[in-house]
This record gives sequence, C-alpha cells and structure tokens, in this order.
Amino acid sequence: MTGADTAQVVLRLDRITKRFGALTANDAVSLDLRRGEVVALLGENGAGKTTLMNILFGQYTADEGQVMVMGRALPPGNPRAALEAGVGMVHQHFTLADNLTVLDNVTLGTEPLWRWRSDTAAARAKIAKLSADFHLAVDPDARVGSLTVGERQRVEILKALYREARILILDEPTAVLTPQETDDLFATLREAVAKGLSIVFISHKLHEVMDIAHRVVILHHGKVVAEMATTDTDRHALAAAMVGSEVSAPRVAPGTPGAPLLQLHAVTTPDQGSAPGLKSVTLSLRAGQITGLAGVSGNGQAALADLIAGLSVPASGRLDLGEADLAQWSPRAAVEHGIARIPEDRHKTGTIADFSLTENAILESYHKPPMSRAGWMNWPRAEAETQAIIKGYDIRCPGPDTRIRLLSGGNMQKLILGRVLEANPCIILANQPVRGLDIGAVNYVHEQLLKARDRGAAVLLISEDLDEIMALSDVIHVMSEGRLSPEFARGTMTPAALGVWMAGHGFDEGLAHAS
Amino acid sequence: MDIFDILLSASFWAAAIRIASPLIFATLGELICERAGVLNLGIEGIMVAGAFAGWMAVYSGLGLWPGVAVAMVVGMGFGAVHSLLTVPFGLSQHVVGLGVTLLATSSTYYAYRLALPEVTSPPKIMAFKPWEIPLLSDIPLIGPALFSQTPLTYLAFILVGVVSLVLYRTPLGLALRAAGENPAAVAAQGLSVTGLRMGAVIVGSGLMAVGGAFLTMSAFDSFFFEMVNGRGWICIALVVFGAWKPGKALLGAVLFAAFDALQIRVQQTPLGADIPYQIFLMTPYVLSILALIVMSRRAEVPAALMVAFNKGER
Repeated sequence: MTGADTAQVVLRLDRITKRFGALTANDAVSLDLRRGEVVALLGENGAGKTTLMNILFGQYTADEGQVMVMGRALPPGNPRAALEAGVGMVHQHFTLADNLTVLDNVTLGTEPLWRWRSDTAAARAKIAKLSADFHLAVDPDARVGSLTVGERQRVEILKALYREARILILDEPTAVLTPQETDDLFATLREAVAKGLSIVFISHKLHEVMDIAHRVVILHHGKVVAEMATTDTDRHALAAAMVGSEVSAPRVAPGTPGAPLLQLHAVTTPDQGSAPGLKSVTLSLRAGQITGLAGVSGNGQAALADLIAGLSVPASGRLDLGEADLAQWSPRAAVEHGIARIPEDRHKTGTIADFSLTENAILESYHKPPMSRAGWMNWPRAEAETQAIIKGYDIRCPGPDTRIRLLSGGNMQKLILGRVLEANPCIILANQPVRGLDIGAVNYVHEQLLKARDRGAAVLLISEDLDEIMALSDVIHVMSEGRLSPEFARGTMTPAALGVWMAGHGFDEGLAHAS
Repeated sequence: MDIFDILLSASFWAAAIRIASPLIFATLGELICERAGVLNLGIEGIMVAGAFAGWMAVYSGLGLWPGVAVAMVVGMGFGAVHSLLTVPFGLSQHVVGLGVTLLATSSTYYAYRLALPEVTSPPKIMAFKPWEIPLLSDIPLIGPALFSQTPLTYLAFILVGVVSLVLYRTPLGLALRAAGENPAAVAAQGLSVTGLRMGAVIVGSGLMAVGGAFLTMSAFDSFFFEMVNGRGWICIALVVFGAWKPGKALLGAVLFAAFDALQIRVQQTPLGADIPYQIFLMTPYVLSILALIVMSRRAEVPAALMVAFNKGER
C-alpha cells in the first residue's frame, strides 16, 4: 500500500525519554509513521505505551526528545497542539458524554467558545459526508448513552475525522468489540488508510496486529526492543519479543467431566436498568470441567454472575446445588456451598483498596474460625495465611501489611486467586479473570484455573476474549440479551460461528431445536 | 368557593410572580453550576450576602442598578472562593458549599454590625418601582400579573431565555454541559475543565446574589437576617424539579410561588380559622416534595455532578 521509504513521514517521535522518579517509563523511544501506513505499537501493560501517547497529546512533558508532526515540532505540554496538527486519538475508555447527542459529542470543542450560535447545519452536513465516506453509520441525534459499544467507537473515530485528523491513534480499539464489529472497524480503517490517513494501532492482540498493521514496533520496559514489518514475522516472534522471552501458554488437556455441581433450570431474573436479566437460562456446571461463557459484555453475564455469587435470586426457575434446593440464597450461602468468586472488577468488588493484603485475603473467611473466634480476630493466623498466599502465588509486594492499592493489577489478581483457591472451592466463578493483565500474569492465572479443574472443581469462565474462551473451555455457551446458547463442545466452533451467536442470531432456531 | 375566587384574582398571580422572581435568579445560578458539574450549596449564604450588599450599596448612595451590580460582584466573590476550593483543589462540594453558606451569612452579619453599629431597626431604601408595560398591562388578569412588575422580575424571565440559548445553542454552552457530563471528553479536546467549571460557579453565584438582592431591593425595601429563610435550599430542589432545564425550572419556581401565595390567602378565609396556620405554612413545601417525586423520577442528572476532575488521573 505504501512505497515504504519514499513515502512522507507524517509523525516522528524522536528519542523520547520520560522518567518518573527512579522509573524510566520511556527510554529514548523513536517511532516513524508514514502516510497511509498502519503501525502497531505492541507491548505488555507497563511497557510505556500510555506514557508515550500522553506525551504526544501534551498531558506529560518529555524529559528529552521531541514530537514532530508533518515535519514540525509540537510544543511540549500543550493538549491542543496535537489536535490542531491533525492527530486524533480514540481512547480505550471512550471520552464521550452519555447524556449528550452524537452531534454534540462530535462538535464539542470544534468551534470558538465565544460565539452566539453553533452552526449545526454545517456540522450535520459534514458528519453525513464523513459517515458515507468511511462507512461510519450513526444517527447524529441519538443519545450516546443509547448506542452500542461499537457505535460509540464509530462516534470517537468520527470525532477525530471531523477535526480533519490525518493521523489516528487507536488505543486497544478491539477490546470491547465482537468479531463482526472488529471486522467492520478494520474495514473502516482500511478505507481511511486508502484515503491517505496514517494509523497507530495500540494493542496486545497479536492476530489483529498481524491482520491490520504494516509494521510493528514493540516496547518492553520503556524501550523499543524490536521493529519489524508484519510480512517478515509471525505471532510467535512478536509474542517472544513482547515479553522478552519465549512465551509458553499453558498446555491445555481436555478435562474429565464429572457430576453436575450446580444447575440452573429455566432461571429468569429481572432486567437491571439497561442490562438484561437472564431469560429462561438452563445451565449445568460439572466437576472437572471448564465451562466458557462467551458474549459481548452487558448481555446478561453480570446477571448470571450475580446469581451464582448469591447477589440475586431467581425470579422464576430453579437453582440446584447438588443437594436440596436452596431456601436462603445469599453471598455468604454461596461461599459456604464452596462457590469461589473471582469478580469482574477487582478494584470495585474484588478488593478494598485501602485495606492491607492481610485484610483483603480474609474478606470471605474473617467471620469464622480459624480467622476469628468468639467475635475476636486472630490476626497472627490471618497474617500467616497471607504470607503463605504471597509465597505460594508469587505476589510481588513489600509484605502483608501493604495496602493493596499499591499493587499492580497482576499481583492484585494473584491475591484474589490465592484467597479463592486456598479455600478449595468446588465451584469457581471466574469473571474476566485476566482483564488488563500482561501475558505473564495471564498464563499464571490460566494455569491455576486448569489446576483447580484437574483437582475436580467446576469452573465457569466468563470472558469477552474469544481466544481465552476457546483455549481453556471444555464446553462453551454464548450469551446474548440474557439468553444462553446451547452447549458447544471443545473444538466444534470457529470464532466466526461463535460471533454469529454473540450477535444474537441463532437463538430462535436454537430454541426450536431444543424443544 | 373561596379558592376559585383567589385563583381568578390578578393580585394572587401578581404575588406569585413576585415571589417566584428571586427563586428564578437563584435557580438559574444553581442550574449553571450543576450543569458544569459543581453542586453549589453556598447558595443560601450567597443569597443573604447579595440581599445585604445590594441594599447597603443603595443605602450608601449608589443607584438601584449599580446596587444590583454590587450584589452580583459580591456573589461572584463567594463563587470564586467556592470554585477555587472545589475545582482545582477538588475538595468535597458538600463541605465547601456549607462552609461558604456559613462564611457568607456570618460575614454579612459582621458587615452589617460594622456599617450600622447603633441601629435598632434597619433603614429603608427607595426600592424598584413596578414598570407598567404599555398596552400589555391592560390585559385583564394577565396584565396586572405579568406586566406590572418591577424591572428585576422582567430581567429574571429574560434570563431564563438567555441561559437556555447559551446552554443549548452555543459552543460555550455545549462545552459547559459536557464538563458536567464527562470532563475527560472536554479535556481531550484541549479545553480547560477547570476554567469552564470555575467560570460557571462564579457566574452562577453572581445570579444567586441577585436573587437575594431582589428581596431587599424589589420585594421589600429593607434588610432582615431571616429574609432569605431557606429559599436557597428550595432553589436546589427546583433545579432537580426542573430536570436541569431552565424552562422547567421556571415552571417549578412559579408553581412553588403560587402555592406560597395561595396558602397566605387561604389562611384568611373561613377555612383558615379552623386549621392551625402552621399547616398552611407547610403546604408549599409538602407540595414541592410531592411534585419533586413525580417530576424528577426520570430526570437525567449530569453524570459528572460532584465528581472532581484531576487532569492526568484515570
């Protein structure tokens, strides 16, 4: 697509260095982006990708080095400079206001503040033209809050294009999309590149990088460790360069399913605001088996997780835990029945940020012996237990008294894993267990889940990452709008086939089939 | 029936509009602050300070309109204190707001004692006189109610339109609303969230003070400490009642004022003789609470209301 060397360099990061105290977040990072080119910026969490982008957008000032756009140096520390020079950024967490319309969000900040009227007619016309040119269909008068995640991302891209961006920076753009939405996004990006735009694609999904990028720049510990054309490399080499050593994903042998430990019979729960409840869901989790639950987030996974964790009760249908039906269903009852939970959001519901590791480690067991007796805490015992978890799960921290807020996501997750697995649970509810973790930590978490499975636990793995689901699960279900697909055995489904279910197709036929 | 007679009398509606005027100013002020994402609980104290400042300025020899300007500037000063603490410093908006109310109320008391050390009953000023609008004021019922008011009342109604236009039709209004919905989106466009929010609080506080000044310069002609009497808190409820929209907030203010005017009049009917007067005093508040429950259930609260914004934090 590009005549490589001869093409014009539109963005040049020249030996950017940024230090935070003793930590060097970017160490003489250089990057060239040419017209009509897609460069992938690849790296684990903490590799320095975000810092680099914050320097480009003037949120931080670099200690050394400079940013050149179209051959002109950007003044450091000025957020408007990059925008005005034609650089647009689509953040991983969208910067959209939900209660405003698409039109409002797109035009925000594009007109001088001090004028008496906004020129909405011209704005509408421009949005309509951009939508048509780049296949970005959105209704300009829709409230952003009512759009799907894929549509919101289109609004973000529209925002950048509306500002005449010639360079697009996309931070983990596919993290929240279905495979089909990802395909649509890639179609739009190819269109943009064909029209002469240049793209920096930040990601850690190797196959997408191989798919869309012309070149890959790999950051590791703040340094550029490798730069290569995608035509000259493969996923394995990329992964190796990214973590600094050959990655070894855990080898997954099929599980040996045993008796069902938890069963749902036609369970329905009420909708929670815009999040759907369960619609007549029948599911059984068997011992020694990982059940994968795929689906775009917000399609009822939260309702299912809440139900199993004891946070809600079925409105109709039955929850069956092997023994008798349950009269009293609550989080504590769930824990007492051997259900362990790795919550979706480790910051919000998994840990208490300002509590120590010890206090966090006993959140589910503090109320009973040996952690407390007759209403008194047994702190020495709790601390010994925490020390054991720190050692057994290789948690990097100064000690059990450290506030958990200070730990990295990976280490925090390891503590939660330790808390969960040390109780020898028979059912493990793992909701997005590796979200935001780097490859090393991901592999570790997966190994532990597999170990628990081989020990005879039933694992429910909820994830938006199809690769993860397909690699680990013995059986797979897909959720869409609160409905649960039939069970698919390992290896019987392709990502595209699962994507069809994730988009909500196939349920009616599926139901007809079942009856 | 007595109540129908009251509802059909021009003097009742004239009173309702008069009672509504200070509420309109202060509600608009609070609405601007909250739309930008800042809850301003300094409103009650700022209204007291504005009532005093405007009245004192006129008493010391300034004209009526310069007096209104003085009240506005004093309000903006307290707004500056509030916004400095809540926006760049990101302190709790509840605590700062109540602090500003206490500060403004007590410094008003202090200034009053300094200015008039030996006065037992506060002096009177020449307050605003009604402007009869030619032709329109001759319309039966509506004329005396709407078009025989003081100029500050007209200004309050005009401001509702102005604030609406600015919020919904100008780039500045869009930026302001976005600052109250998702400040990160504003910052990502290179606009200053701090500047927008501080500006909104300062201007909003100025309007609150004018609302206070209406009491001493238009509704009455003198200053008493108890005269604001919780109107600031009512305005905070009116913002919610109006679902953060100027037009609906105006409706709410007039409705509340009408209840208030009505209860005074019903007290004087034979019905009022049998019922303790406190029941009547209570009715506007009870009805407001009921209306609030009905009206605000589906209101869209600005998503970033009371959320401090720190650049660089995620």
